[in-house]
Amino acid sequence: MFTFKNLAKASLAAAMGLAFSINALAADITGAGATFPYAVYTKWAEAYQAATGNKVNYQGIGSSGGVKQIKAKTVDFAGSDAPLSEDDLDAAKLVQVPTVMGGVTIVMNLPGFDSGMIKLDGPTTADIFRGAITKWNAPEIARLNPGVKLPDLAITVAHRSDGSGTTFVFSNYLAKQSLAFKRDVGAGNTVNWPANAVGGKGNPGVAANVQKIKGAIGYVDIADAMKNKMTFVALKNKAGNFIVPSQDAVADAAAGANFKVRGMAPDLLDQAHKNAWPITSATYMLAYEKGDPAKQKGVVDFFAWSLKNGQKMAEDLGFVPLPPAVVKMVEAEMKNIK
Amino acid sequence: MSERDASGGIDLHIQQVRRFRLQDVLFHYSTQLFAFVVLAALLGILVSLTIEAWPSFQAFGLSFLWTNVWSVPDDQYGALAAIYGTVVTSVIALVLAVPISFGIALFLTETCPVWLRRPLGTAIELLAGVPSIVYGIWGLFIFAPLFAEHIQPPLQAALGDVPVIGGWFAGPPIGVGILTASIVLALMVIPFIASVMRDVFETVPDVLKESAYGMGCTTWEVVRNIVLPYTRVGVIGGIMLGLGRALGETMAVTFVIGNANRIVGSLFAPGTSIASTLANEFGEADPGLHIASLFALGLILFVISFVVLAISRWLISRSMGSEGL
Repeated sequence: MFTFKNLAKASLAAAMGLAFSINALAADITGAGATFPYAVYTKWAEAYQAATGNKVNYQGIGSSGGVKQIKAKTVDFAGSDAPLSEDDLDAAKLVQVPTVMGGVTIVMNLPGFDSGMIKLDGPTTADIFRGAITKWNAPEIARLNPGVKLPDLAITVAHRSDGSGTTFVFSNYLAKQSLAFKRDVGAGNTVNWPANAVGGKGNPGVAANVQKIKGAIGYVDIADAMKNKMTFVALKNKAGNFIVPSQDAVADAAAGANFKVRGMAPDLLDQAHKNAWPITSATYMLAYEKGDPAKQKGVVDFFAWSLKNGQKMAEDLGFVPLPPAVVKMVEAEMKNIK
Repeated sequence: MSERDASGGIDLHIQQVRRFRLQDVLFHYSTQLFAFVVLAALLGILVSLTIEAWPSFQAFGLSFLWTNVWSVPDDQYGALAAIYGTVVTSVIALVLAVPISFGIALFLTETCPVWLRRPLGTAIELLAGVPSIVYGIWGLFIFAPLFAEHIQPPLQAALGDVPVIGGWFAGPPIGVGILTASIVLALMVIPFIASVMRDVFETVPDVLKESAYGMGCTTWEVVRNIVLPYTRVGVIGGIMLGLGRALGETMAVTFVIGNANRIVGSLFAPGTSIASTLANEFGEADPGLHIASLFALGLILFVISFVVLAISRWLISRSMGSEGL
């Protein structure tokens, strides 16, 4: 029955819906940048929208793209795997906080060998990835693996062909381990790999090359490596222990790091904790110090909510949540986003 | 009465003629405008590529073209490795694809049973419509491992010790590399070349072929002496179309070429092409020389494609002149 009362109810509901959607519209925020945290940001955005009705849109266009966008003021926040320096932050008036952590793992394809059966240290890994060691049964590798019968197989280095934060973290780690690596290969998003190297597009491309090429060794972020059930190399950490990469080992690396620096970007490579995975990194969120209050609040609300409620989601996706103490520091730092 | 009618009719006529003329003029100018849009876009692309690439040319000069260095950490760039990869993969792809396409087109037009013509022809057209990323994924996940396992070792065993040629097949059989990219490219251009060839072979008048058959020619003689001379222009056009596609192909090549910015004599070794370098590095390129050099690569690819097109035009016009067609 179409009564006046029903009409009133309906119009009230419609008005509320309208008000609600206007409200939601006001807090819609857009971010762009690193592809590495894309999966977790998207997952968080979905859950956040379900919980609060506010929409967050994140585009994985690459770290340097994200930094360009935020400097051009076209997005509300940016994601970057390579943290900005203090000077850069000051110059662009940006706030930078870590959001989630990950690790770069070393993966291999040696028939008959499982995860952890090959042990390497930093300098030897650097020599392999700069093309100075080209056979699996080289004396340098044999020295680290006493009693293991190594095959006489050529090493093929599998690397990222696209410029990437994964390469940035991995090459920086190796450059710290070996001056020769720093000189021959360099450190950055795109570097000069040796002659026995083959490039694949994206983490899945590298994973595919390693899995298809016998004798291949490569680097893949921990989430993709676990998804693809890859064979890990055990890597010697600063404490002298050989570590097989895992989310726990990455979390242990973060536990010992000092985040109390401007930009909250301590060097997470080669941490001293006895179980620390040496190639650990965080990914960062960049936002303006001052801006449209509604948008700014939207950014802070989204990340505060996600750090509080989204840690399990991050873990399920293969990422490593920030330690609780660091989350508190991030919450405090985000007060500067006004 | 009748005079007025007539003069009114003439007035109407003149008006109509004027209107038609105006319509014609408008039509002429608007279509001209559309045509010039293409020209403007072409010039615009050329000019903007040159402007963006300028810092790179300023820093490296013309030697950018023949410098075999591509080092992002040192900010030193040269296009030689990318040009080499682009040209070598495209040429090998054509060497593989042209005879096969020729065979396909001949079979379809000369000797194929009528009931098989349509399904085969449709299959080739479907193959031409497959997006290139699909070829790339197939190449990386299925073809490259098979190639490494079953084709590279025998090739190496058979040809590895032959002087000169042996060097083309040196190095560990890893599946991805210049030769793999060439083969995938060949597969991608075969449908294009084959369908153009088939279309032009079909334009040969039956009476010509039948007279040749009547004189006792074999099928090959008919093809050699009647079909090919008659369709030379179209055949060259089809091959150039394939070459154009091979030169600019991006995603499929990126997946299987191995992406190493260097020149190694072996075809088994990973290499790079202009298009794959652009696809790989644009996303995270640093502002400055890196971006400028990528734009310079784009400009070079543009010029190479233009030269290929110009050569094919020249070949066509020359053969048209000599055939008197």
